[in-house]
Amino acid sequence: MGEATAKPLDGRGHAEVPEDDLYHATSWWTKYVFSQDAKVIALQYSATALAAGFVALVLSWLMRLQLGFPDSLSIIDQNQYYQVITMHGMIMVVYLLTALLLGGFGNYLIPLMVGARDMAFPYLNMLSYWTYLLAVLVLMSSFFVPGGPTGAGWTLYPPQAILSGTPGRDAGIVLMLVSLIIFIIGFTMGGLNYVVTVLQGRARGMTMMRLPLTVWGIFTASVMALLAFPALFVGAVMLLFDRLLGTSFFMPAIVEMGQPLGYSGGSPILFQHMFWFFGHPEVYIVALPAFGIVSDLISTHARRNIFGYRMMVWAIVIIGFLSFAVWAHHMYVSGMHPYFGFFFATTTLIIAVPTALKVYNWVLTLWRGDIHLTVPMLFALGFIVTFVNGGLTGLFLGNAVLDVPLSDTMFVVAHFHMVMGVAPILVIFGAIYHWYPKATGRMMHEAMGKFHFWVTFIGSYAIFFPLHYLGLMGVPRRYHAMGEMSDIPLSTGELNALVSVAAFIVGFAQLVFVFNLIWSLRHGAAAGGNPWRATTLEWQTPETPPGHGNWGRELPVVYRWAYDYSVPGAMQDFLPQNQPPSAQATRSAAP
Amino acid sequence: MTIILLLVATLATIALWWLSHQRLMEKPWLETGPAEAFRGVTAGGMPAEKIALGVFLAVVSSLFALFASAYSMRMHMASDWRSLPLPWLLWPNTIVLFLSSLAMGWAQIAVRRGDAASLRKALLAGGASAFLFLVGQLMAWQQLAEGGFYLAANPANAFFYLLTALHGLHLLGGLVAWGRTIVRTGRSTAARWMTLSVDLCALYWHFMLLVWLAILALLLHG
Repeated sequence: MGEATAKPLDGRGHAEVPEDDLYHATSWWTKYVFSQDAKVIALQYSATALAAGFVALVLSWLMRLQLGFPDSLSIIDQNQYYQVITMHGMIMVVYLLTALLLGGFGNYLIPLMVGARDMAFPYLNMLSYWTYLLAVLVLMSSFFVPGGPTGAGWTLYPPQAILSGTPGRDAGIVLMLVSLIIFIIGFTMGGLNYVVTVLQGRARGMTMMRLPLTVWGIFTASVMALLAFPALFVGAVMLLFDRLLGTSFFMPAIVEMGQPLGYSGGSPILFQHMFWFFGHPEVYIVALPAFGIVSDLISTHARRNIFGYRMMVWAIVIIGFLSFAVWAHHMYVSGMHPYFGFFFATTTLIIAVPTALKVYNWVLTLWRGDIHLTVPMLFALGFIVTFVNGGLTGLFLGNAVLDVPLSDTMFVVAHFHMVMGVAPILVIFGAIYHWYPKATGRMMHEAMGKFHFWVTFIGSYAIFFPLHYLGLMGVPRRYHAMGEMSDIPLSTGELNALVSVAAFIVGFAQLVFVFNLIWSLRHGAAAGGNPWRATTLEWQTPETPPGHGNWGRELPVVYRWAYDYSVPGAMQDFLPQNQPPSAQATRSAAP
Repeated sequence: MTIILLLVATLATIALWWLSHQRLMEKPWLETGPAEAFRGVTAGGMPAEKIALGVFLAVVSSLFALFASAYSMRMHMASDWRSLPLPWLLWPNTIVLFLSSLAMGWAQIAVRRGDAASLRKALLAGGASAFLFLVGQLMAWQQLAEGGFYLAANPANAFFYLLTALHGLHLLGGLVAWGRTIVRTGRSTAARWMTLSVDLCALYWHFMLLVWLAILALLLHG
């Protein structure tokens, strides 16, 4: 931390640091660019992640053009196809979803929801964003180097990832690995902040069991990410050594074009263990914040307290623990002892129990609720359906015996896009529509939002549902063109064409969303402090958007949990968390 | 992957212990009331910096445990593993690092006594010996290279260079924090600040010593 952020350390929690002790921006640069305010950093993270996401979206169009119309609209060759799928996958999983959910929503919501003035370490927080931006730039620069980006597939499996037959072998793979290493360093800075702020920054009265589930989700995911990302770091460093320095961590003895390479004895399986020890928790690193956010959206927009709050918390924690014991279910086809397969299939099925419990609780929260079909609620409902859909196909793939024939088919593509592609993205959209009024003071345009939802929701089903059938018919993933294959019916090509058309429509619908984001900034209806009549602390700030230091002169004091909706006898149908018990009947909402 | 799983299990136990103090069984929807009733479980107490370092050490443990897992797996996965003879210099280096850690402990005592002169001395001793350790490690590398044990020649060599380099880089990061602390001793800094800074440095130093001992055990093992 710089001297500027130094604050007296007298054993007080950060929450009680008075307003005047906070770091104050003195110039335009430190206020809007090199800002240490978590809210500004959150917006920087979100904008960068969304921009990276749009690059990945365009890549998916290139891919779909190729798959849907291999004869007429093929504008990429085999090598470019591999580069496109690799970059699409890595950008979406790491640089969009992880960065947006933790860096974006984590930064915006944690301090506001726990009642803190800012993150525990604002300078480190700023550094985290700029490190992340550097990682994105390094990754994107690989589009412009000789040989282009790596085409190793998003899993970057050696040996092929660094063999000369793979596109981007010269510079692309190096930039990819370096970018991941930078990303992990940047994330660690951010992650420390999220965890410590939840532990130490909570306002008076905000016990862990009074935290909104959004904070529980982001908190648990941050802890998991801090422990899981090192596995990717280890894998990336060792692969980089193999590529640049000629070590044989992962590379077995290989003869390439008649020439023996210098490698011997390395194990590609070792890389797979490292990759998936990160890779599986990563699924939940993305899913848990989404679970948390969707719980709050459903509760607020159905005007009902969340069903089984304690069980929701326990389920988040249990999923967090279990997710470290299932990684090898991604490696059934790599060859393993049958009892290992049995073990990992069992843990995989067990993790479905707390997950299913959460789905039941969301549905039971809706049961006889006063459901308002606002745009955030539509996205939340869309999430439940999509997530259940993707979760059910997970039961197929989690079983070793069923996974073997389905592995590396479009069925797998359909499964993970449903469960960790579309589902979290729907939550992200819902969350943006939900918190945009707090961040800007204006509502997003509702008709445009509804159009965006329906096209995205129905469209993504049109994209990914048929892929299940393609996979069952044997269409493999990662194939540039099918050619003549006797065992795959020709009609799969027509289905693929339909999927591609849907992909274009959904992609263009996102432009409506972007237009709405910008248009509403000036023309949206004024939102007021608490447009959704929500209970959580971020809606009770004295200013909207919240000012520097969030709370004006006095920090909020918390008297109740986060879900007092439809309270009998209350003037409003909800009680904010900072409303004292005695004032229950008289106090008006939205201070 | 046994080593990393053991670490995760240990961390999970700590997490569960902490969670068990967060009144997970309470029914928050029934408990409305002033904050004072829940003082035991609201935030506060330990300084945020100390908790942050604790969490960071968990991250670093995870990193080194994963390397150790990779080390032991790679050792048995193929028959090309040739353990390299450890350079004798590692033993004096270990002693130097131990002394460094000891000096940091001395600094902790000095700062509590308010003894500015010996605090400065202790910190200087701690930092200088850590620096000496790093130089010693570089010389050990040189010894190995002269003996023909190059990085790419054998996975055992590669792991040796990788693990020592990574440990050295972490120690170097610690020296940055140490530099900031020693600058602070020259100024009139509040006692609480000073104590915290020294405590954090000492904790990190002890931890890096532990990591080094673990690496040494791994290297001796194969």
